[in-house]
Amino acid sequence: MSSEIRWQRKDLLGIRELSAEEITFLLDTADAFKDVGTREIKKVPALRGKTLVNFFVEPSTRTRTSFEIAAIRLSADVINISASSSSLIKGETLKDTAKILEAYHADLIVIRHGSSGAPQFLAQRLKSSIINAGDGAHEHPTQALLDLYTIRSRKGAIAGLHVVIIGDILFSRVARSNIFALLKLGAHVTLVGPSTLVPREFEKLGVTVSHKLDEALETADVVNLLRIQHERQRKEYFPGIGEYIRLFGLTKERGRRLKPDCLIMHPGPINRGVEIDSELADGPQSVILEQVTNGLAVRMAVLYLCGGIATP
Amino acid sequence: MLDAAAIERALRRIAHEIIERNPDLGSIVLAGIPSRGVEIASRLADIIESLGKVRVATGAIDVSMHRDDVGTRAELPRVQASSLPLPLENKTVIIIDDVLFTGRTARAAMDALGSFGRPARIQLAALIDRGHRELPIRADYVGKNLPTAPGEQVSLRLQDVDGEPDAVWLIKEEKP
Repeated sequence: MSSEIRWQRKDLLGIRELSAEEITFLLDTADAFKDVGTREIKKVPALRGKTLVNFFVEPSTRTRTSFEIAAIRLSADVINISASSSSLIKGETLKDTAKILEAYHADLIVIRHGSSGAPQFLAQRLKSSIINAGDGAHEHPTQALLDLYTIRSRKGAIAGLHVVIIGDILFSRVARSNIFALLKLGAHVTLVGPSTLVPREFEKLGVTVSHKLDEALETADVVNLLRIQHERQRKEYFPGIGEYIRLFGLTKERGRRLKPDCLIMHPGPINRGVEIDSELADGPQSVILEQVTNGLAVRMAVLYLCGGIATP
Repeated sequence: MLDAAAIERALRRIAHEIIERNPDLGSIVLAGIPSRGVEIASRLADIIESLGKVRVATGAIDVSMHRDDVGTRAELPRVQASSLPLPLENKTVIIIDDVLFTGRTARAAMDALGSFGRPARIQLAALIDRGHRELPIRADYVGKNLPTAPGEQVSLRLQDVDGEPDAVWLIKEEKP
C-alpha cells in the first residue's frame, strides 16, 4: 500500500519537532539512497545546480566529510567553511555571516556550531535549507537518524527494543537526539553514566536513569557508547579515567555478558580502551563501521528532502 | 474508461508484442516504475510465463532522484529503492510505466538506468498513453491509447497496489 505521508520541511533542526511518521519517512528514504552507494555510478542528479555550504564553526572531520560525500553523490556543489578559515573568529557575528551565505545563494547550509539554537537562528532568517550538524549540547539529528537506521536495518524494527546509552549524557547532543527519536519510535531507553553526567532530571523525558551498568546491560538489545569528550570535560564532572573504565567502560568482561545479538554502537571517534575495549569495537557485535556507511544514506535522504522542496 | 477485463486484455496485448519483438526473452528485464509500474511488470511476467515462455526478469527503477523538477514541489513523496537484476550489460531493459503523459518520467527512468550499467537497448511500455508529450519520447508498447484534454486526469487503480479493483478512470476538471 502506498503511504500518503509526504515531506514538507525545508530545514532539519532537531528530532524533537519531528513526528514518528516523519522519522520513519526519513529512514525509508535513506533505504532508497543506500542503494546509490552500490551502483556502478554512485551519483544521481537530484540536487544538480544546488550549492551546499558546509559551515562548521566547531571542528569536525567525520560529520563534515559525510555531508560532503552525501552532497557530491547528489550532484550538489559543495563549499566548506571551517572555523579556522572563517571570519567569525575575526569578530563577525553569526547574523552577518548568515547574510553573506545568503548572498552566495547557498541553497543548503549544513551548520555545526558551539551554541545551541544557532541553526534555528539561521532558519528563521534565511530562505536556504538549514541542516543542523550539531549545535552545542542541544541536538545532532542526523547522527540519531543514522543510529536508528542502523538499528532498524539490523533488528527489523525499533519499537520494543531496549537501548542503553552510556557515558556523558549531560553534554551530549547525540544522546539528546537519540533519546527523542528512540522514544518516539517506541524503544525503551536506559541512560547510564556517572551521576554528574547523567542526572535524574532526564527521567522526565520518559527514560530510565541508572548508575549500574551491569544491570542495564543484561537486557540490552543495543548499547550506544558516547565518546568521552575530553575537550569539553571539566574536572568536577568526571571521575577520572581509571574509575570511569571500572564503572562504565564496555570491557571484555562486560562484553561477554551481553546478549549474543546485542549491537554495539559508537558515534566515533572511539577512545579505545576507555569507552570500549578494542576487541569489542572490532568484534562481530560492533556495527560502528556500518554506522558510517549508513550515515551517507541518511544524509543523502535529508539533503534530498530538505533541499528538493520548493521554497517560497 | 477501462475495467479489470479491459486492463487484462491490454496487458495481454503488450505481452504478445514483447514476445514478438524479442526472440531472446532470456535477455529481457522488465523494469517497473514504482509503484504501479512494478505491479504491471510482474503481471506482464506472469502472462508471458503463462503463454508457455520463460519467466522474464523483473525489477524496479525509481526515478525520484533523476527528475528534472527538483525544487519546484511543495512536498515530496516517498522514494522507493531501485532493485534490478545486475549486470544490465547485453540486456534489453523494458521500462514499464502505468500512464505515459509528458515523457519526463520515462526520460528520468532512462537516466536512472544509466547509473546501473549500460543495457544493450532500452524500450518503453505503458499501460495507458494519454498524450501531451513534452519530450521527443514514444512508447514501444502501449496497452491503450486514451486521448485526453489538458484539464483531465487519468487515474489507474490496481488491486495489489491500491486495495481497489483494477480500473482506469478519467477525471474531468469541474467547471466552476
